[in-house]
Amino acid sequence: MEGAALILAVVLALACVAFVARPFLREPEPEDDYLAGASPAEQERLRIAEARDRALAALKELEFDHRTGKISDADYRELVAPLRREAADALRALDPPKPEPKPDREDVRA
Amino acid sequence: MPELGRAALVVAFGLVVYAAIAGGYAAFRGRRRLHESATNALFAALAAVGVAALVLLAALVRHDFSLVYVADHTSRELPLRYAISAFWGGQEGSLLLWLLVLLGLGSAAVALNRKLTSDVLPWTVPILAAIASFFALLLVFVASPFATATAPADGVGLNPSLQNPYMMAHPPLLYLGYVGLTVPFAFAMAALASERTDERWIVATRRWTLASWTFLGFAILLGAKWAYEEVGWGGWYAWDPVENAALMPWLVATAFLHSVMVQEKKNMLRVWNVVLVSGAFALSLFGTFLTRSGVISSIHSFTQSSIGAWFLGFIAIVVAASIALILVRLPVLRSPTRLESLVSREAAFLYNNLFLVALALTVLWGVVYPLVSEAVRGFAVTVGAPYYDFFAIAFGLPLVLLMGVGPLIAWRRASLRALGTSLLWPAAVALLTGSLLLLAGAGSSPAGLVGYTFAAFVLSAIVLEFTRGTRARRSLGDESWVSAFTGLVGRNRRRYGGYVVHAAIVLLLVGAVGIGGFSTTREAKLASGETMTIEGYALTYTGSSQTRGPNAVEQRARVNVVRDGEDLGSVSAGKNRYLAEQQTSNEVAIRTDWLRAQDLFVIVDRFYADGSVGFKVLVNPLVNLIWLAGLVFVLGSLITMWPDAREQRRLARHAAYAPA
Repeated sequence: MEGAALILAVVLALACVAFVARPFLREPEPEDDYLAGASPAEQERLRIAEARDRALAALKELEFDHRTGKISDADYRELVAPLRREAADALRALDPPKPEPKPDREDVRA
Repeated sequence: MPELGRAALVVAFGLVVYAAIAGGYAAFRGRRRLHESATNALFAALAAVGVAALVLLAALVRHDFSLVYVADHTSRELPLRYAISAFWGGQEGSLLLWLLVLLGLGSAAVALNRKLTSDVLPWTVPILAAIASFFALLLVFVASPFATATAPADGVGLNPSLQNPYMMAHPPLLYLGYVGLTVPFAFAMAALASERTDERWIVATRRWTLASWTFLGFAILLGAKWAYEEVGWGGWYAWDPVENAALMPWLVATAFLHSVMVQEKKNMLRVWNVVLVSGAFALSLFGTFLTRSGVISSIHSFTQSSIGAWFLGFIAIVVAASIALILVRLPVLRSPTRLESLVSREAAFLYNNLFLVALALTVLWGVVYPLVSEAVRGFAVTVGAPYYDFFAIAFGLPLVLLMGVGPLIAWRRASLRALGTSLLWPAAVALLTGSLLLLAGAGSSPAGLVGYTFAAFVLSAIVLEFTRGTRARRSLGDESWVSAFTGLVGRNRRRYGGYVVHAAIVLLLVGAVGIGGFSTTREAKLASGETMTIEGYALTYTGSSQTRGPNAVEQRARVNVVRDGEDLGSVSAGKNRYLAEQQTSNEVAIRTDWLRAQDLFVIVDRFYADGSVGFKVLVNPLVNLIWLAGLVFVLGSLITMWPDAREQRRLARHAAYAPA
């Protein structure tokens, strides 16, 4: 029993070592071994995406609270405008409007 | 095969130490393959610990008494189900279960969040591995479940108190709760270490936190049910240090679950949230320390050991490292958003957090004060129930009130006029309930009367919320009430699941006040044929018997129960004398009357030589609402955690912005 246990233990240890070494065995000389982190631009996009999600969720919540009578008409009017602005700003920042295509000469002539 | 178990633990220890060191280096230096290797080491450690767990389980089932652990916690006559539950009946097995659950949950969390938190994971892996290293170290060098000795003819057996069906489920669930809190802690610390303090670590760990909190809460209630039926003093919660050990992280995790919503909605309380996550995790370690170290006297503590100093050292490291990391990252954690109004949902969450944390700290002080007193003055001072009851009422009642008020206030700010309109109906129902109860004589317990009044307020506020929401949804389209209701809950699972959990807390409150404030006790020594009465019940002792159970001699006294002239049959209570364990346990009789919502609870204090029996009988009103609260609590949690397609789309959007 002791011998069998030792064999099983060795098999377990070898299997674990092979699994741990797998990334190095699979790519002994990788082109790129760098752990990709978020670039400042990506972090900024994440921040804006969160601001957009927060603003949209807050708008939804505000509409619901207004419909269920938790918030008065006056409070609703006062709160809804800045939230819409926040959401619109975030959406614009995430997906800036494409510039209008310049009309080519033929279009101008026509 | 103890050698295989020992070897598997040594392999696991090597793997988690490697994952901690190599993973930390990979995160610090940005090495991709090394990070993948460290992650693989974490997964492989799970497999190795799984092998160790199987070896121990097989030894327990096969009564392999050459293992000291098996000999110390089982016997040949111990039923199979309890031989299996002996896995967590002792210290070494419990530590192995901790490590197994930690690696299982940690590996799953890492595997499932690869895309969403790819830049946080390089730090998450070494943090999880470092925590696992501590438990693996204990299991390899300090408290091995695979220590061997010459096998005795029979084992010592399992503590009779642990030979109870609830004890088969309570410890594993408790550990799922304790250990589960490691996941949000590891992600929070990794987010700080990697300076990625955006919302993703919260999104990634939300369900893990909720699940851990649910397991912990349900485990506390299962422990209470075990205490009610097995310990046999007639109560359900006694502010025992080990009970409190599970309550403290649960309270702090409850505060976190509320305050994290403020961060998601308003980008506020960012520092506070990482403090709460760290606090909940440190308290879960402290809970394990209290249960396992033997430093406190408790009916739930079944061990005396030398691992206390190790745990204290580890807790100190965790707390110091968390504080240091939070302080270093304060500049990026600070929120630009401020509280707009003291009358708003976020303000209500803030008040709720203050009361929850104050209650947790009060309980913590009650638990550690005897230890501090013993260390400083040389003798332990017991902190009794009156201390805890006082603070439970002082902080608990405002919390209950906030449970009703909070959902009725709008986010950002609410006018007092709109708030007054929202509160009108719940306040009217609460006042009416309070007045009726006062007229019915419930004023004998003022705190109970206030508790019931507040409970009525919260329940009516919840009903109002469901009603107004359904009506608002109906007004949007041509929907039936049922479809509007299911649509409302389905599209706002966190909110309405949360309300169901609030309803569970109200049920718990009503049950706890019922048994705590209005229970009746009577004691009598009865000879055969004699009768005692209590709250309309007449109990006649009709004789006793002694039988041989699978591993105990079971002595029972039969009592015939009559109420208002109606024969309700007989119940049997008594004692079990466990032969291998050389211990005796109380076996109470409980007769539940669902219509009257009360338990008749019969305890046999003593069998006298002359054949008479000393009985202690209680009538516990509303106690079953406490157990019902457990089921409602789980239902609410499940609604909250249920996968939501819109939430998945939101996660996918987040993942799209995360680095590849």
